[in-house]
Amino acid sequence: MPQISPFVIFFASIITSNMVLSNFLGMCSYLSVSGEYKTATGLGMAVTMVLTLTTVINWAVYHYIIVPLEIEYLQYIIFIMVIAAVVQILEMLMDRYMPDLHAKLGIFLPLITVNCAIFGVTLFTVIRSYGFLQTLLFGIGSGLGWWLAINMLAAIREKMAKNKLPAGMSGTAVSFIITGIMAMAFMGFSGIFTIQ
Amino acid sequence: MDFSVILRTVGILSLISAALSAIISLSEKVFNNYGTCELDINGGRKVLKVEGGRSLLSTLASEKIYIPSACGGKATCGLCKVQVLEGAGPILPTEEPYLSQQEREKHMRLSCQIKVKGNMKLGIPEELFNIQEFVCEVESLTDMTYDIKRVRMKIPEGQQISFKAGQFMQFYSKPYGKVKEEAFRAYSISSKASEHDHVELLIRLVPGGLVTGYVHTALKEGDKVRLSGPYGDFYLRGNCEELIMIAGGSGLAPIRSLIYDVIEKGLPHKIRFFFGANSRRDLYYVEEFAQIEKDYPQFSFIPCLAFPKPEDEWTGNTGFVTVALDRDVDSGAGKEAYLCGSPGMLDASIKVLKSKGFTDETIFYDKF
Repeated sequence: MPQISPFVIFFASIITSNMVLSNFLGMCSYLSVSGEYKTATGLGMAVTMVLTLTTVINWAVYHYIIVPLEIEYLQYIIFIMVIAAVVQILEMLMDRYMPDLHAKLGIFLPLITVNCAIFGVTLFTVIRSYGFLQTLLFGIGSGLGWWLAINMLAAIREKMAKNKLPAGMSGTAVSFIITGIMAMAFMGFSGIFTIQ
Repeated sequence: MDFSVILRTVGILSLISAALSAIISLSEKVFNNYGTCELDINGGRKVLKVEGGRSLLSTLASEKIYIPSACGGKATCGLCKVQVLEGAGPILPTEEPYLSQQEREKHMRLSCQIKVKGNMKLGIPEELFNIQEFVCEVESLTDMTYDIKRVRMKIPEGQQISFKAGQFMQFYSKPYGKVKEEAFRAYSISSKASEHDHVELLIRLVPGGLVTGYVHTALKEGDKVRLSGPYGDFYLRGNCEELIMIAGGSGLAPIRSLIYDVIEKGLPHKIRFFFGANSRRDLYYVEEFAQIEKDYPQFSFIPCLAFPKPEDEWTGNTGFVTVALDRDVDSGAGKEAYLCGSPGMLDASIKVLKSKGFTDETIFYDKF
């Protein structure tokens, strides 16, 4: 286990090691659901929630099932199955006990199952052999970082909606450019702390 | 590779998937179990006790209440709107594009998107209660003219059809010959509304038509066919003294049903039925209508041939139906008009009727 304070990991995963802006993970939903600020907020919230849960559960699965059974070569498949199952159960729980939240986030949950940021975060915790607390805060932080990134992009895209762009530049193309510029801006933080 | 490793891998993977599916189905049992819910439809007109946990659309369908839906519950057609007065929760993002401000105020919701989680109060148009699906046996196929067939079907045991005269059914064809797909079209019911165990449709052969081609070339007596219905808002209003009926071709179907409805209910309305055809070979049900004319003086049948052939020896009205209409109908006062036929004939007739003082409120039609 690396000797990094969980809180450093938490802030680093939001700012310097942002899942979108430094690892470019979870791009599909990041690009396609960032047209509107309100929807982006919903998706960001859902990703944060699922990320926190699945990272912790997958951490436990890795350390208490995969390692003792020496089946590290199966970890990818198992992680994905666990993520899919967790999302399904989470949807049922939300539908039952938090109907208002489910009304807002329900449609995003199936989307998240195949969001590679979720899978990526799980793999990072394994590769970097984080402990429990580090994993927990890494999960929360990565989720918040992803949320921050999609909200920023959505805000900019909403502002730009009325701008005239050359035909080939509108939509996804300009979103990539915006993301690139944001990523460069975030590189400015990289002196504060690093976790990798 | 060692065989035992493969075995071990498969074993472990199966175990883990089994465990996960067990957890999911267990949580489905626990969290998705909303127990028995009460659906109160139209202020107590019908109270259903149903198992919660499924969408309102499929819950209602399993209670034999068919809400029209084209997309199968994917929130892409927006047809399955139902009034939910209580128990639906907030409007979901998937519903938003399909609900206008007016509909929101009326508490309309997409029934495929909302889940039954507790007692609900619903408002469903009365006529939807009657919509059913039937798998009927074709009892007889009769050639009425050279291109119109009457299909008489027996409603299966245990089911009954009740419809308002003038309404239509959806008729499903099966793949036949070179046609590989199933299709459905709407046909007006020509039989009497008082007949609950049979239904008749008049189907004219449309060149190149999928379903009419099926009926005219592939369908045989004794075959099973699928129907759903009744649908439609073409039915008798009757706030008048006289009914002017106008039809052409297979548009006779709903009009025949309407005429029998008036007669069997003993309603006082006078009826004049203008039927437009090209020549004698397009006329059918002539003897039947002549008989009704004899038995019920309130009814008169006015066939009009636009292009009678010399061998027809036609002595009745000639010219389009609009000519007779213009000549015989003096004003729109105290009258309602019911029209069914081709768009061209309908538009021309409506024009004549409006010139006589009929209004949109007194003209009812079924265009095809």
